[in-house]
Amino acid sequence: MSQDAEKIIDHEMLFREPEYVEMFDNKKKNFEFAFPLEKMEEVRDWTKTMEYREKNFAREALTVNPAKACQPLGAVFAAVGFAKTLPFVHGSQGCVAYYRSHFSRHFKEPTSCVSSSMTEDAAVFGGLNNMVDGLANAYNMYKPEMIAVSTTCMAEVIGDDLGAFIRTSKQKGSVPEEYDTPYAHTPAFVGSHITGYDNALKGVLTHFWDKQERVPNESINFIGGFDGNVVGNMAEIRRIFSLFGADHTVVCDPSEVWNTPTDGEFRMYDGGTTKDEVKGALNAKATISFQGFSTEKTNKYIAEKGQEVVALYHPMGIAGTDQFLMEISRLTGKPIPLALEKERGRLMDAIADSSAHIHGKKFALYGDPDLMLGLTGFLLELGAEPVHVLSTNGGDDWAAKVQALFDASPFGAGCHAYPKKDLWHMRSLLFTEPVDLLVGNTYGKYLERDCGVPLVRMGFPIFDRHHHHRFPIWGYEGSLRVLVTILDEIFEALDANTIITAKTDYSYDIIR
Amino acid sequence: MSLTLEETKQRNTDLIAEVLKVYPEKTAKKRAKHLGQYEEGKSDCDVKSNIKSLPGVMTIRGCAYAGSKGVVWGPIKDMIHISHGPVGCGQYSWASRRNYYIGTTGIDSFGTMQFTSDFQEKDIVFGGDKKLEKIMDEIEVLFPLNKGITVQSECPIGLIGDDIEAVSKKKSKEYGGKTIVPVRCEGFRGVSQSLGHHIANDAIRDWVFDKTDPNKHEFQATPYDVAIIGDYNIGGDAWSSRILLEEMGLRVIAQWSGDGTIAELENTPKAKLNVLHCYRSMNYISRHMEEKYGIPWVEYNFFGPSKIEASLREIASHFDDKIKEGAERVIAKYRKLTDAVIAKFKPRLEGKTVMLFVGGLRPRHVIGAYEDLGMNVVGTGYEFGHNDDYQRTTHYVKDGTLIYDDVTGYEFEKFVEKIQPDLVGSGIKEKYVFQKMGVPFRQMHSWDYSGPYHGYDGFAIFARDMDMAINSPVWALTKAPWKK
Ligand code: SF4
Ligand code: SF4
Repeated sequence: MSQDAEKIIDHEMLFREPEYVEMFDNKKKNFEFAFPLEKMEEVRDWTKTMEYREKNFAREALTVNPAKACQPLGAVFAAVGFAKTLPFVHGSQGCVAYYRSHFSRHFKEPTSCVSSSMTEDAAVFGGLNNMVDGLANAYNMYKPEMIAVSTTCMAEVIGDDLGAFIRTSKQKGSVPEEYDTPYAHTPAFVGSHITGYDNALKGVLTHFWDKQERVPNESINFIGGFDGNVVGNMAEIRRIFSLFGADHTVVCDPSEVWNTPTDGEFRMYDGGTTKDEVKGALNAKATISFQGFSTEKTNKYIAEKGQEVVALYHPMGIAGTDQFLMEISRLTGKPIPLALEKERGRLMDAIADSSAHIHGKKFALYGDPDLMLGLTGFLLELGAEPVHVLSTNGGDDWAAKVQALFDASPFGAGCHAYPKKDLWHMRSLLFTEPVDLLVGNTYGKYLERDCGVPLVRMGFPIFDRHHHHRFPIWGYEGSLRVLVTILDEIFEALDANTIITAKTDYSYDIIR
Repeated sequence: MSLTLEETKQRNTDLIAEVLKVYPEKTAKKRAKHLGQYEEGKSDCDVKSNIKSLPGVMTIRGCAYAGSKGVVWGPIKDMIHISHGPVGCGQYSWASRRNYYIGTTGIDSFGTMQFTSDFQEKDIVFGGDKKLEKIMDEIEVLFPLNKGITVQSECPIGLIGDDIEAVSKKKSKEYGGKTIVPVRCEGFRGVSQSLGHHIANDAIRDWVFDKTDPNKHEFQATPYDVAIIGDYNIGGDAWSSRILLEEMGLRVIAQWSGDGTIAELENTPKAKLNVLHCYRSMNYISRHMEEKYGIPWVEYNFFGPSKIEASLREIASHFDDKIKEGAERVIAKYRKLTDAVIAKFKPRLEGKTVMLFVGGLRPRHVIGAYEDLGMNVVGTGYEFGHNDDYQRTTHYVKDGTLIYDDVTGYEFEKFVEKIQPDLVGSGIKEKYVFQKMGVPFRQMHSWDYSGPYHGYDGFAIFARDMDMAINSPVWALTKAPWKK
């Protein structure tokens, strides 16, 4: 018997007990009719070869383990960034269950979002009735101040017209005539979650700004883009702006909804950009977008309204953060605060102390296009070689930007950007051109297992480590945290590789 | 402070009336039918079920795709399951359900991978059949040890008129009769995951049973062959169940579908008895096997020693004395463990109350396990149950248990706020809501990343986990001392 009431073991150890191991062997031998072990090993080894890599890269139709999600997920993220706003996704309800689970698994927080629960009859007759009833129910039950509407692919395929549906719903009294219901079509078969973020954000701005006249002032808008570290990053951004003493508006800030306390009360809404702030943001002098690929259409729209738009690409590290701060300084006319200059010096100090451990190390990284640009820049700055930089939702224009970073650094020689590739491509890259470290989201753990490369978790989603999202990766402070995370992984790998007594443990140093 | 039965019933009635007030009239009328309480002696739970969720209410339900890909098909480990359509559905359901298996992932097993046709606009406009053909060709090249392919339809497939059946037939022929299964589990079909289960069951009937030579495998049947049906091996549940069946002398020839293989499905018609855990998701195929192959099926419940004991005897009753003795031997063998577990945890859990809201079988099946620990389930409901589930539930619940079908976020929150149970068991979407409220919580879909919970080994873990949730010191600290 495996269990003992005094020492209860769960799945981790239970199934290593001999009676279970024997059971597994018998199941396989007698009932699974599996391929013989030798065959499996032969194929496994073949998948590590250059020949396999070529076949793998010749894929035209199949996607395996992509690093992207669908548009409405990003739309929900954007909606959550506005005060007392309920995301409403028009289409099938299953998708909404998935978005809510996905966010909750990452943030370890509730995510409220409703669906119009379209079913087969709506597929035939359209989803107007679902919209009419759905808005009425959501409005009465959850008392939002705004309902931000987006779509699943079902509604898109049958061609439901959100603008018309919402107008009709208002006529039928689902919500008051003047009630704010910004919307955006977010077809899942175009782009990815960052496209959905972009569309939904633009939808909110359009809803308010198109009715307004712009009266320019001196304030600055900040837009973060879709960001798995939003909770930590937004706090850091607000701190930076207040150190400048700069008049600023964060447009779309979900950081508080996903950071509520456990104190006996569930807060469905918390923080977020208010309607007045959104309205006021039209008058800003300029908008800084921290993730240009996440806000392409929004940026264009804002520029059309007459603002200067500064599109950054997830700046990190020394030069990246320098650029960000100098932009704030340029736009506001305020000098860079001494406190931040000192933080810069501290980050420099940390890099100088540790760079010997990173210098010349080879990295593979994957994730959203903006994050990849920022990380590539930072790694090059550290003297590391980001040899494989891959993005499923990054296109050729993105790859050209990564290449420009490679070209500007001696450490970029021999590095490659891989647009529109997935993690099965990455697997081939890691086998045929091995690296020292992999940087990516939780799904990278399968590559860590298969290819034996240590994983530094960064990006979205992170399901299997807790609370990373609470800490910033932006600014000098955030970059310091990224540096430490990478160093930790390097030291862990070094310790693990030198731990065998009387064999390798001479290098198991107490000081590194 | 505990209420009398009459007071409880009155409270439930008031509570239901109160939550209904928030809705527009039409909605209140509809929701009222899904809320009720069990009255001793009734044959059902007095609620309507398996009806469309209302728009905008924040239902907890998923879709047919989730029922087919996520529940029934996904765990079959040696087949490749294509999430056919745009990238989302497959991404969100990727490896999230903890269907444990043993195999070399990417080579001979594919359970924790996400294969998608990643539909683009042109696929919607011009159709995706050509792309699907190419995908299958690429799978054959890159994953030569796959034992079959399924096509799990996402919403757009049924709307754009693709013929995935024709593609599947054509390719199966081309690959020498390989099992290729088109599944019409588009998310807009039906009202929840439930229809997806049914469609997936039917696909096994039509595209596995009806298309496979029954003598494909060299398989020697024995009089003691059984198949485990409706156990998805979450955290290893099917394993801690299988071991008991084997110990009592039975031979488990197939697991449906946790850690399952296509060969196991194909050989199941040779079983003497199908033992069915999740009735909701696999009763269809069990009935079919009974009609077509004459295999009887029996429902069982491996949560908690009382139900396990009864179930082992019930299963054994379909066999000869050797197996009956085997069942008694197993029960006796584990009694020491369960006694020790109960002795340790019951004093810490006695009298604690629980509210549940889960899918499949769990809203009723786990009640016995809580009761073994001295706990009371005071409210329960199904995400996607049917009337036959609520009928079965009457055998488990006590008089005055609050019942909520397809509960909305609002209702669940209000119910818990008023009833103040000591524990809520539900899903990831609910977990943090209740923990914020200071109510201990366990995820009862994923076992909160623990498990297994089935079988005797699983019961020990279940007891440990419920204790650590309820008796965690953090709950005494949720209110700041200066606020008390
Ligand atoms: S891809 Fe379409 S059906 Fe799937 S989750 Fe996204 S919107 Fe929903
Ligand atoms: S066994 Fe079930 S279908 Fe059946 S519930 Fe589990 S979680 Fe779902």
